Amino acid sequence: MNVITDHLGEFGDGLLLTVELTLLSLAGALAAGIAVAAARVSPVRVLRAAGMAYVETLQNVPLLVWLVLAVFGLPEIGVMAGLFTTATVVIALYQGAYTAEAIRSGINAVPAGQGEAARALGLTFVQSLRLVVLPQALRTVVQPLGNIAIMTLMNTALAAAVGVVELTAAANRVNLAEAQPIWIFVTAGLGYMALSAVVGLVTGTLERKLAILR
Amino acid sequence: MSTRGSTRRTTRRTGRRGTARLLFDEPGPRGRRRIRIATALTVLAGLALAALALRQFAANGQLDADRWRPYGTWPMWRYLLEGLRSTAEAAAVSIALAMAAGVALALGRLSPSRWIRLPSAAYVEVVRTIPALLLVYVVLFALPRYGLDLPLFWKLAVPLSVSNAAAFAEIFRAGIRSVERGQLEAGLALGLTRGRAMQLIVLPQAARRVLPSLVGQSAGLLKDTSLGYVVSYAELLYSGKVLANYNHLLIQTYLVIALIYLVINASLSKLARTLEARQRTRPSRAVREAAPAA
Repeated sequence: MNVITDHLGEFGDGLLLTVELTLLSLAGALAAGIAVAAARVSPVRVLRAAGMAYVETLQNVPLLVWLVLAVFGLPEIGVMAGLFTTATVVIALYQGAYTAEAIRSGINAVPAGQGEAARALGLTFVQSLRLVVLPQALRTVVQPLGNIAIMTLMNTALAAAVGVVELTAAANRVNLAEAQPIWIFVTAGLGYMALSAVVGLVTGTLERKLAILR
Repeated sequence: MSTRGSTRRTTRRTGRRGTARLLFDEPGPRGRRRIRIATALTVLAGLALAALALRQFAANGQLDADRWRPYGTWPMWRYLLEGLRSTAEAAAVSIALAMAAGVALALGRLSPSRWIRLPSAAYVEVVRTIPALLLVYVVLFALPRYGLDLPLFWKLAVPLSVSNAAAFAEIFRAGIRSVERGQLEAGLALGLTRGRAMQLIVLPQAARRVLPSLVGQSAGLLKDTSLGYVVSYAELLYSGKVLANYNHLLIQTYLVIALIYLVINASLSKLARTLEARQRTRPSRAVREAAPAA
């Protein structure tokens, strides 16, 4: 058991980096998701097509391919960015596609009368989306967004494959040094389970606070 | 959803489906002008983005014809298609194993015996919150220490099956629960055992109802096979890595690979959507509310 206590620092750093990666990419994914979902319901046909192309392209190529392409490919065309930054942006854009689909389904669940009322009051497209439709749409998709948050947490592990030393990579390093795989990998697994439990708890609380009964 | 006259009329007039009627009506002259302006701005922004990307590519010599020409030749494609075949093999085997385990786990979670129900539930809940890459590392670095050194293929297929079994289990469970109780009871009344009734009556109906989710999850598993990159199993992405190390056409190789994945997965997603649309016309609705979004 003292393999774990000896390397508490490495595990702690890894866990912290996983949390940072997850939170930052989730924030980015939410921003990208709202923008893309808005584009997909807009009256401008080109914007709708662009939103759809974004979702299809991002969702249908494995995240690991995007990560490898960005981390090793971008420097080749003269775009230099830190490893952590690159990984965060890529995961955010990838999860943004899933977030956009979730938000769009939420927008579809808002009764049509809400949009009509907003227009009758003279609100523009952006105003009616921002003030009337989105607040209701987001409330209905708390649970799906929670699932996306857990998926994001799982996917941050892929950053280990391109060299970010988050929890999975930290566990692997400790194991290479200590060669006591069972305890080390179980500890990392428990770390992920604890983080998912926190996400689940937050989602549950938000759901109870925000849910609208229709 | 409201189906009042006004809404329906709008839908018919604009001839668009779903989202369109919520946020805008048929635009008037001013609206049309705004839409034209927004269209022009979007196209300009897209062109600017494309120009920027092309400039970066050109400035670093990545657009030179001889950096792309290899991808018009057959040996290069034969190599990549070989990788694609390995991807398909790993995916097919993992899908079969994960689905079989998923059915067993779903039945286990719905079993009347607590000694089967609790371990099944525990497996699903635990595995769902562990990244596939961590399982890959366990198979790569932990198992050999305890004398279990799997062949390369299984080092990829086993962790993928283990992790996707949990997802398939949840899909099957939703499907089984959506089949009306009377179906099972009728089977029992005919004198079938619980197992036979499940096998002959409930499971076939459940599987048919969750078919779209199963296809969607399979497409997800196909994406997961890119972890072969870590395992050094020569599937599509790892083949690309080897190729790029050899010919130094890094961007070109990975872009071609991304394109291959895109074509295959887009077809699979389209299949899932088609199946779902076809099911929507059928009476069984309960399953879509019960099934988790894939």
